[in-house]
Amino acid sequence: MTTRLFGEPVRRREDARLITGQGRYLDDLGGGALAAAFVRSPHAHARILDIDVSAALDVEGLVAIYTWEDLPGALAEPLPLLIPHPALTHGRTAYPLAREIVRHVGEPVVMVVARDRYLAEDACALIRVDYEILKPVVGIEEAVRGVHLVHEDVPGNIGAHLVQEVPGPGGLTAREAIDAAPHTLEFRLDVERSACTPLEGKGVYARWDADDGSLRVYSSTQTSTSVRMAIAAKLGLPLPKVEVIAPDVGGGFGVKIVHPWPEEVLVPWAARLLNREVKWTEDRREHFVSSSHERGQVQHVRAGFDDEGRVLGLEVEILHDHGAYTPYGIIVPIITSTQLLGPYKVGAYRVEFSSIYTNTVQVTPYRGAGRPQGVFCMERTMDRIAAHLGRDRTAVRAANFIQPHEFPYDQGMTFQDGRPLIYDSGDYPEALRMLKELIGWDSFPETKARAAAEGRRIGIGVGCYVEGTGVGPYEGGHVQVTSDGRVHVSTGLTSQGQGHETVFAQIAATELGVPIEKVSVVTGDTRRFGYAVGTFASRAAVMSGNAIALACRKVREKALRIAAEALEADPRDLEITDGMVHVAGVPSASIPLATVAVLSNPLRYAFDEEAKRATQFAGPASDDRPPVAEGEEPGLEGRDYYSPVRSTFAAGMHAAIVETDLDTAEIRILRYAVVHDCGKLINPMIVEGQIHGGVAQGVGGALYEKMVYDEHGQLLNASFMDFLMPYATEVPRIETAHLETPSPLNPLGIKGAGEAGVIPVSAVIASAVEDAEGITIARMPVSPSDLHHLRLER
Amino acid sequence: MKPPPFGYHGPATLGEALDVLAEAGPDGKVLAGGQSLIPLLNMRLAAPAHIVDVNRVPGLDGIEAGPSGVRVGALARHAAVERSPEAAAAQPLLRQALRLVAHPVIRNRGTVVGSLVHADPAAEMPAVLALLGGSVRLASRGGEREVPASEFFTGPMESALRPGELAVSAFFPALPRRSGTAFHEVARRHGDYAVAGVAAAVTLDEDLRIAAARVACVSVGPVPVVVDVTAACGPRPAASAGWEAAAEAVRDRIDPEGDIHATADYRRHLTGVLAARALRDAASAARGEES
Amino acid sequence: MNETGHHVRLTVNGVVREATVPGRRLLSDCLRHDLGLTGTHVGCEHGVCGACTVLLDGEPVRSCLTFAVTVDGHEITTVEGLARDGELSPVQRAFTECHALQCGFCTPGFLCTVTAFLRDNPAPTEEEALKAVAGNLCRCTGYQNILKAVHRAAEIQAEEDR
Repeated sequence: MTTRLFGEPVRRREDARLITGQGRYLDDLGGGALAAAFVRSPHAHARILDIDVSAALDVEGLVAIYTWEDLPGALAEPLPLLIPHPALTHGRTAYPLAREIVRHVGEPVVMVVARDRYLAEDACALIRVDYEILKPVVGIEEAVRGVHLVHEDVPGNIGAHLVQEVPGPGGLTAREAIDAAPHTLEFRLDVERSACTPLEGKGVYARWDADDGSLRVYSSTQTSTSVRMAIAAKLGLPLPKVEVIAPDVGGGFGVKIVHPWPEEVLVPWAARLLNREVKWTEDRREHFVSSSHERGQVQHVRAGFDDEGRVLGLEVEILHDHGAYTPYGIIVPIITSTQLLGPYKVGAYRVEFSSIYTNTVQVTPYRGAGRPQGVFCMERTMDRIAAHLGRDRTAVRAANFIQPHEFPYDQGMTFQDGRPLIYDSGDYPEALRMLKELIGWDSFPETKARAAAEGRRIGIGVGCYVEGTGVGPYEGGHVQVTSDGRVHVSTGLTSQGQGHETVFAQIAATELGVPIEKVSVVTGDTRRFGYAVGTFASRAAVMSGNAIALACRKVREKALRIAAEALEADPRDLEITDGMVHVAGVPSASIPLATVAVLSNPLRYAFDEEAKRATQFAGPASDDRPPVAEGEEPGLEGRDYYSPVRSTFAAGMHAAIVETDLDTAEIRILRYAVVHDCGKLINPMIVEGQIHGGVAQGVGGALYEKMVYDEHGQLLNASFMDFLMPYATEVPRIETAHLETPSPLNPLGIKGAGEAGVIPVSAVIASAVEDAEGITIARMPVSPSDLHHLRLER
Repeated sequence: MKPPPFGYHGPATLGEALDVLAEAGPDGKVLAGGQSLIPLLNMRLAAPAHIVDVNRVPGLDGIEAGPSGVRVGALARHAAVERSPEAAAAQPLLRQALRLVAHPVIRNRGTVVGSLVHADPAAEMPAVLALLGGSVRLASRGGEREVPASEFFTGPMESALRPGELAVSAFFPALPRRSGTAFHEVARRHGDYAVAGVAAAVTLDEDLRIAAARVACVSVGPVPVVVDVTAACGPRPAASAGWEAAAEAVRDRIDPEGDIHATADYRRHLTGVLAARALRDAASAARGEES
Repeated sequence: MNETGHHVRLTVNGVVREATVPGRRLLSDCLRHDLGLTGTHVGCEHGVCGACTVLLDGEPVRSCLTFAVTVDGHEITTVEGLARDGELSPVQRAFTECHALQCGFCTPGFLCTVTAFLRDNPAPTEEEALKAVAGNLCRCTGYQNILKAVHRAAEIQAEEDR
């Protein structure tokens, strides 16, 4: 009998409640709470002249109306700039409620609290705000002209400017390398804005306990520990008096790692002030105009290469639109700049980005976090090199690959974690071989010719990426075996559908040798685990998974020590199987882990039958040793942390076959193939699910989704009618194959998988459409209307 | 996204409903399926003082199909009309078009008459009514009037419905013998409002030559644009008809606008493509009927 | 202004439930907040995402595009009513077997939609299954496993009917 569950497609333990309507998402809590709603700016850039709430005061059920003027102390200050960086010379963040100036449509101006959301919205509708309209700055080109400013004190609308340069062989600069190269290319690429768009928006629910002077806050967040610290700081509360819990969260994809959102500090503040429970549930329109967007970039590329297609020098200049504020710093363009290199070694590399203010919703990481743009840039470059040389696109890529024997491979740059960009492991040639086989790359020319004979136009595309996952600084895990034999695992980071309750239970069950049914997992609850960073950057499995494994190993060691004493055996001869500690090969010499848990905690009082065994007169004890030995602690529990020296680098390669309609220019994905390497798989079923979901989001970004702002800064498609998230009919069947190159950096040998699926999709689809049409694709997404016009321009 | 407050009225008879509507005048809005109205309310883009919910009014859910055509009552859901074999037999275009209306779950609740009254130029049912030369029956306390499609659609989201009136039914005429219909559209996503769409009806003479050919186009004007392409097709045998001339005639007649999903030029091009496809299918359906 | 309350009586998951609600109360809010059945989720409130789909007299409808008072006297089935006597329905079982949910937020809408679909069409083709779920948005799964689950549910249903 084995309790080894690591690597098995174990069914999810979350599902039982989620498929019966018993999940508890934010708005499912606090049935009796007051509801908050916000008056948001209808203008992209304006000065607030006057706020007149008088008409709203008659709304029945109205409880309170707040503006910036009402906010005390730290709450009246701008929200934190979460990730400062020396290059972010002009970082700016918003006030929780607008102070004097609004800088994007949707910025909160007035907070209303009422008996229910209907009434709160009624009051919002009656509040009159007079604005003096200022000139809005919309679009990257307009912003860099710098004629009008988003922030008066940010010249040229440039928030940050960063250059990273990696010299080539012989110390050549990228420019020198390109100039000296046999072939050069220069072009521009455009990537549109999209957004995470989880099906559940954000939400905050706060309960103030006046007797206890404590606050409990539920938030649909990707980081409860950090929200807790922000609330304590903003409200001037001692940290131990604030608890933050992420309940079931209906998807995140990055937007919920940003914190504190204005509502995350305002709702608790109002709850304390009113001494009433208050809840805010973001609606879909609010989510479009007041959460975050991502992706929008313009890239200028220069590449120099040899006859084989080997890149000798690469220069990329990125204009990154970060919207009105920079609460999350410049992580997105940093990731674009560094992860752009993918599985390739380029001779010399220079990347320069400007991160630019516009009067639009702020830009923070969305699944992939700058990588889709970087991969789009590099893979478009590879395709253009192939086209220029008349070589096979995969051959050009292969010519540039880092080879398996070259790991660890130092790309010579600084990654988003502030640490060197050193790839830990990978096997890119093998991944490409598998992908070509999976999609039938080599036989595609015949397939294409057959289709052409039928009057159909098809094309094939490919894209490769490397993803730094499992970024630090750390995560922790706590594991406790209670006297009933149950194993309680907790970790501080949060879950938004990744199946953490299942995979962490698999790890704990495997490490401790207990049936998985005995294991329960809690995430994102600061009452259970106070130290954590959060769920982002494909890090949860790597960080908390390893921390939990390490904590389990501590518990196991202690369990074996105690059991050895009880069994009068050498701990080295013991193993744990199915919840029983036994002498290897001697099943009769055993003791249940539950009993070990009892023995681990010397008792004076027996609270039940089993507990009697741990009381003072229960059996022989050593008189010369304290009941809790020096260096020991009561209880069978352990806590440990995993803090990696640097990120681990997963990789993948995708290929697609598309068909383009000759008349309507509709684009249909006929096949989509994925080869994926995230090191050792904890649960292949869950990893596949992550890939499927990522690819679907990638298809959205490649063919459907964009945020369309007009020149006034109005978001024209702030609804699911017009922001075209794919339905089932738009997503192809995804064929997957896995390669497992373990990470040498962590005990479990794993790498992150959460973002992988989305990263190369735009690049792959562009490659395939280009192949079908023979038209250069330089801008994503591409719609039938776009393709029609590209055909006309040909 | 919660509706603004309104006075709710749930009349139990048609008379009661007309009384309430008469009283409410321009401040009254009829609720049937609600699949277009309630989103507008939730977004507070509409704030009628009175909602007259006709869902309890008996006798409004009829689907009467006969040789002359199909009369659809105000409470007949899209799904019911779509599933009705009698309606499909009398006027096949109804089912062809209804399959393209949003998604099945929306069709379970939405009504055909409601979608006519909503008069969205991107919607399928107004185009169907316009193509077939159908009509909408409007009732008020003063009596009833039957408004032909050509007069019913007056602008984007605007119809001839007057304050105090209730659209009680719509009539979709049958086509002569040797007629066929088809509906083709391109939507960005399956189930979305069409970027462009064309309903076509073709009638053949005894020699299976084209006697009449018409299309109605969606999303290319303020109202459904009906184009008679009989002349462009010429009295050619349907089997060998070249539809490109008809497509060009359609492109010449429409004046689409660009939006975030498609340019005006693409819409014009696409409408021509879809017109040719719809006419070809309609013609083969017309031939099929004969054989 | 005080809004008029309307008394509504709904049979929800076989149980008669009553509430007094303003005319504008959406069925989704009535179920969730007046009746405490929070399994029905609200994802867009303009009828596009399908998370709020419930069965009205057996037919799937968007509860965010329906006023509670309109359906006074009717039968509603929500996700909480899909399991019978504590036993998961074939559709529920198939969804967990096939890993057809991740965050689970859209899942109740899919479950209700698929339940009605398979009742009417117990052995769907690929194309029919695809069309059946094509009106519901999911941001997590990429739909592949949802489609798998539709067919798996049909299988389970057929096995049980044998």
